[in-house]
Amino acid sequence: MKPESKSAVTASGVTKSFGVGDSRTVALKGTDFHAAEGELHLVVGPSGCGKTTLLSVVAGTLKWDAGDIQVLGTKLNGLSPSEITAFRGEHIGFIFQQFNLIPTLSCVENVSVPLLLNGTKRAAAERKAAELLELVGLGDKGRKRPTELSGGQQQRVAIARALSHEPRLLICDEPTSALDSETGHQIMDLLSTAARSPGRCVIIVTHDPRIYGYADRITAMEDGRLKHVLAGDPLKQFVQSHR
Amino acid sequence: MFHLALKMLMGDRAKYIMLVGGLTFSALLMTQQTAVFQGLLSWTTSHLRNMRAPLWVVEAHVDYANETKPLRDTDVNRVRSVKGVDFAVPMYQGILKARAFDGSDKQVMIIGLHGATLFGRPPQMLAGNLETLRLPNTVVIDELGVQRLSAGRKKPIGLGDTFEINDREARVVGICRTERHFFGYPYVFTSYDQALQYAPRQRKMLSLILASPKPGVTPAEAARRISAETGLKAYTSDEFAKVTVAYIWKNTGIPMSFMTTIILGFIVGVAVSGQTFYSFVLENLRHLGALKAMGASTWTLARMLLLQAFTAGFIGYGMGVGITAAFGYAVLPGGQPPFVLEASSLIRTAVAIVVICFFAALLGIRKVAKLEPAVVFRG
Repeated sequence: MKPESKSAVTASGVTKSFGVGDSRTVALKGTDFHAAEGELHLVVGPSGCGKTTLLSVVAGTLKWDAGDIQVLGTKLNGLSPSEITAFRGEHIGFIFQQFNLIPTLSCVENVSVPLLLNGTKRAAAERKAAELLELVGLGDKGRKRPTELSGGQQQRVAIARALSHEPRLLICDEPTSALDSETGHQIMDLLSTAARSPGRCVIIVTHDPRIYGYADRITAMEDGRLKHVLAGDPLKQFVQSHR
Repeated sequence: MFHLALKMLMGDRAKYIMLVGGLTFSALLMTQQTAVFQGLLSWTTSHLRNMRAPLWVVEAHVDYANETKPLRDTDVNRVRSVKGVDFAVPMYQGILKARAFDGSDKQVMIIGLHGATLFGRPPQMLAGNLETLRLPNTVVIDELGVQRLSAGRKKPIGLGDTFEINDREARVVGICRTERHFFGYPYVFTSYDQALQYAPRQRKMLSLILASPKPGVTPAEAARRISAETGLKAYTSDEFAKVTVAYIWKNTGIPMSFMTTIILGFIVGVAVSGQTFYSFVLENLRHLGALKAMGASTWTLARMLLLQAFTAGFIGYGMGVGITAAFGYAVLPGGQPPFVLEASSLIRTAVAIVVICFFAALLGIRKVAKLEPAVVFRG
């Protein structure tokens, strides 16, 4: 991370619980989180530690109970649900573990979805989607349906979709866990390149130690709290220890 | 986004076919049964259209057009004497047995027309001359009469052929076209005097009186005066049709049985389409959640679901109504079952399909509105 990098995401004292009474589970217990522009930021930790909840809250897809969240200079606390939806549509791209491509649409149509949601005309959206598919090495698969592609190819389509509207924040949930090692590295190369775009931040929640080496910074979580943040030499040692 | 919504709908072939099939069946059932019911109702008043008189005067206790309660012969003159009545003529109507060539008995509706004027004549002559009815033992029969009374003949009964009505000779001098009678009897037109010869003797033989108002007097006004001055019941043709239809609605199980089928069609539509569309939404919930995460508002998703539901509805409606129309074209030449497809029936079915689609979409919209986009992060 460059020292002068601007903050992309800042979360302070965020709490989130699910259920009521005896079944109440506290997923985030006053968690703080920071990610800067221009970095590829991994969030790691054991299952159930609150990684995905933190990701959901930061992305504005899940209401949180308390705490402040600022994304790309906008305080989410002050926004209405519809404003948060519009904000997500404009500034955030998503990559999911199970790809979540719509199986009845072609790859081009899937990639064009965020553009269409942002008001781009159909022809322009499909033209740009085709360019992005070319960029991720799937230029010849545009008219195919996602089910006709391998897992790695589907995730590349998902990356193209996430980047189509040029978001400044890319939120990735276990993007490599469903892929073999080689394909996982190809996907991470793409995400790493995406993170180098000016003003963009890529946050990845992962269990996959194979991709730790791509991180500019790693936030480790445990039991709903931030355990430690690693960057620079400590990060290199952490990566070495997980090889 | 809306073209993608349609692709999402049509891409899931099994659900799409099920959805459109359910709506087609529903539209078919509602439209076809309504058309048959309307056709049946039109038969109840066909009698009025087959004789086309502006004023119908009947005994005070007659409830509908196909009912006969005899009048006194002098009632004709009482009606003629009412101010505003241009003319009034006696008419006989009754169901008698006719013997076909092979010896079988067929029930026929005898209509005895006033000999001098032949007022109440059939709407369309296909062969022969109606004026010939003034000759003794002559009749004009309709196409159904030709069909029924030709039993045992090498060729259909025609002009000059004879059969028996109540053991009396009836010579065919004309073939006419009529609308089918509610009870399915063939029409046999003859003169009033001849009809009295065919019919078994009773104390009162006059069935009803056909009349016409004077120029400048409306049929409704003339009917009101006749009723007031004679104590008989006088109707305009439209009023008598309404009274007849109302009687059928109130006193027979026909409307209820048709309504039951029509309501079942609606329920089938709601159940099949609602359930199918809801399961379509459930299966796509993850994708809809992903769209929501990517910035699709609930309103955008709601419009997509409405478009999907109404597209299926539009196609199902078109197919259902199309099949109904094809059914109509197939059965109309044979005259059975009765079939009248009115614009109002099409509109009612369209409204029902809109309600079904709206209900189906609403189930999905409710689910989508409650959907947290974070659902896409759950494994």
